[in-house]
Amino acid sequence: MSRRTRGACRGTRALPTGRRGDAVAIVASVIAGCAAALVFSGARADTSGPGTAAVSAAAPEVSAGVRRSGLEDLQPATRAMQLDDGQNPGMLWVIEGESAWARRPDPAAPSCADCHDDARRTMRGVAARYPAFDAGLARPVDLGQRIDLCRTRHQGTAPFGPETAPRLQLEAFVAHQSRGLPIAPPDDARLAEFRARGALQYRTRMGQLDLACADCHDRNAGRRLGGSLIPQGHPTGYPIYRLEWQAAGSLQRRLRGCLTGVRAQPHAYDAVEAVELQLHLMRRAAGMPIETPAVRP
Amino acid sequence: MTGRRHALRIGAGLAAVAFTRRAAAAPDTLAGAIAAFTGGAPATAGGVRLEVAALVDNGNTVPITVSVDEALARVESVAVFNERNPERDVVRFVFGPRAARVRASTRIRLATSQKLVAVARLSDGTFRSDTVDVVVTLAACIEGEGG
Amino acid sequence: MARALITVPKAPRRGEEIEIRVLIAHPMETGHRVDATGRRVPRSLIRRFTCHYDGELVLAAELHPAVAANPYFAFYTIARDSGTLTFVWQGDDGFARTESVRIDVT
Repeated sequence: MSRRTRGACRGTRALPTGRRGDAVAIVASVIAGCAAALVFSGARADTSGPGTAAVSAAAPEVSAGVRRSGLEDLQPATRAMQLDDGQNPGMLWVIEGESAWARRPDPAAPSCADCHDDARRTMRGVAARYPAFDAGLARPVDLGQRIDLCRTRHQGTAPFGPETAPRLQLEAFVAHQSRGLPIAPPDDARLAEFRARGALQYRTRMGQLDLACADCHDRNAGRRLGGSLIPQGHPTGYPIYRLEWQAAGSLQRRLRGCLTGVRAQPHAYDAVEAVELQLHLMRRAAGMPIETPAVRP
Repeated sequence: MTGRRHALRIGAGLAAVAFTRRAAAAPDTLAGAIAAFTGGAPATAGGVRLEVAALVDNGNTVPITVSVDEALARVESVAVFNERNPERDVVRFVFGPRAARVRASTRIRLATSQKLVAVARLSDGTFRSDTVDVVVTLAACIEGEGG
Repeated sequence: MARALITVPKAPRRGEEIEIRVLIAHPMETGHRVDATGRRVPRSLIRRFTCHYDGELVLAAELHPAVAANPYFAFYTIARDSGTLTFVWQGDDGFARTESVRIDVT
């Protein structure tokens, strides 16, 4: 297979100088080496015609019996960080969201609490069934987008915008109310076509590294790439506090990072393609408990 | 500054003489930073303990704990230094009269494989140290600052 | 956002050694990072943290850029009397935050 040359990661940024430059140089060669080392068995789908993408032969989906949350694979110190609310940095976003929940955007507009009362009761289970279909937009939306839709439709104010601190804080607070509950994708026929596109995306090779999500996260989950354990990639704890970001961030941000990591064009924030992939991932993780706020490397 | 790292203890074998090369110790070197803290006085290995988790997931957030042997004279302060981050100082703790014990934990950043040194200043004017050798490796599939 | 999360035991017994854990939201911008456009992100750090128990020092810390974002400290005091723990963070760009937590000793 001549995939090796296509897999070589040159990236689009010049290597910075200095110590960090050495570090990046090592990483670039690791990626190239690892892409070459990942030998994929199984036939590639025979595609023809314009606009078709190479799709990996269906990798065995991670079956319910062997699913692992990233929590189980953390080093003890990082696991302790997540399991102890007193040292979990993600809780800083949760407590900020809690105070935002009760705050009116302006004196004439309702706060979240004015309509939704005590979040501990009314938001329990909500994150477990998102993304959900939004009739107004005739497409699915994730929890962060839902919060912004409330801002514009019911609070008469401007949306926060994707990946903004206030939106992440409210998202963390709301999702935290589902901690411990199993992921429960809604049985909504309107979501089917979007979820199916998400499932196809998951199996489609993309980027300079020409990898599909399934190639790493189904086929090679539990093995190592460049010294790092490849996770199964279940979205159980979003918004997560990611050590790499030194901040909390959404599943959308993480998926954009994955796409950039294989040198593919990341989805625009709040794009329907981003939510389609989330729909598939949540179905794949159905039944696993929500951990928000999770801590991950 | 990413990646996972191993910590290997050098142990008490580190001789005090390593910290007394005053003349050659430029302030931006590890030895120089320690000498500035101790005023050039030697720091004897042992008595203070620097704990770093054996394996961490990312160099951005590395838990550490400094503690001092209770049998020692009163500790005034404990400083932690690194070898290869852009700057040598990490954190300095002063333990006040209401501190139950000389023990504090925090989380630090490690840019690359390097030594970490904790130096305790005792109330009798002497210094104790502990050194840990840390190996930092980088995660693959770095997505860059944009995340 | 500069909320702080402070964890102390609710009702310690007199004479009990208790662990105090504090976490504050702050990016601890080192001044060495470069943003997506190539510009250096200016340094902005928390420089100093103190904890006092009824006005007496428990712990003081001098922070440098090597302290991780959202600084966390864990340390110990003896729960002698009911009183107040006062936490102060100070840093660049006028960053200043004070939190107080009451300790009720049984």
